Amino acid sequence: MTTAVETIQDTPLVIGGRTFQSRLLVGTGKYPDMETMVRAIEASGAEVVTVAVRRVNLDRTKDSSVLHYLDPKHVFLLANTAGCYTAADAIRYARLAREAGFNDFVKLEVIGDEETLLPDVQGLLESAKVLVQEGFKVLAYTNEDLVTALRLEDAGCAAVMPLASPIGSGLGLLNPLSIRTIKRRLHVPVIVDAGVGTASDACVTMEQGVDGILMNTAIAAAQDPVAMAHAMRLATIAGRAAYLAGRMPRREVAMPSSPTKGMLD
Amino acid sequence: MDVVINGEHKQVTSGATLGELLKELELDPRAVVVEHNRKIVRRAGLSDVTIAEGDTIELVHFVGGG
Repeated sequence: MTTAVETIQDTPLVIGGRTFQSRLLVGTGKYPDMETMVRAIEASGAEVVTVAVRRVNLDRTKDSSVLHYLDPKHVFLLANTAGCYTAADAIRYARLAREAGFNDFVKLEVIGDEETLLPDVQGLLESAKVLVQEGFKVLAYTNEDLVTALRLEDAGCAAVMPLASPIGSGLGLLNPLSIRTIKRRLHVPVIVDAGVGTASDACVTMEQGVDGILMNTAIAAAQDPVAMAHAMRLATIAGRAAYLAGRMPRREVAMPSSPTKGMLD
Repeated sequence: MDVVINGEHKQVTSGATLGELLKELELDPRAVVVEHNRKIVRRAGLSDVTIAEGDTIELVHFVGGG
């Protein structure tokens, strides 16, 4: 007997020549403690985890390296350029990250505004071009603007990552139409990054047909991050499955589900 | 001699190499990336670079982030 699950024909997620089974990518920041982070990542089923590049704490009172808790053989480390406000800074951080010796992927962020943390698309494009030239696989964090997404693809980015809503806001997917348009027009993977608040947000996002979703705060700042990671895993799978299944058309009038014939006199 | 490491003024033995500096700071070279006067120094070359007075050194690693 064929089960419903067996009828879903999906392809794996391929970014920059690397194949991943999970369409959920997660961050490693803001967890109450490292043990919770490790358990949450496991519960999420994510293979790609993002990390940031920061100065080593010289007073050695605490060891903050995330690599003491994550085994790079089991997770794919995606370094970000979070906190960078210029193309030059983002390039500098990306080069430092690559020198750590794990891979040549970078989640490129160039922030343009402190309050909203919205991307500086000019700096983003400028740094993306340089990093692609240097052989990086660039995953560019951007806003939900089609033209910027197209330019990033033209620049050679391995994936384009439009936001659902501002970083850490938990407001969910604010502009589904733009996200669908970007997905329809681009050939490289589209990974929605930032803004998801809860499982339904992840599900709705995946229902737009995007290739994957990246989140951090929604899991790390949940009351029970491990349980939320599990919920996000299910929501990502459910949203993807619903997209592949193809939703029914929307109607503005009701249509009965039961037969209208055969009613008693 | 005085150098700036991660934004702080530090005293380092004259003539020390970057490799020796990491040893002195008890840092595992495999877990740290070194930038010396804005230039990344490959792990294999850390013992070939001698630190000079006034140098700027950045020692970075991966921390939790989104």
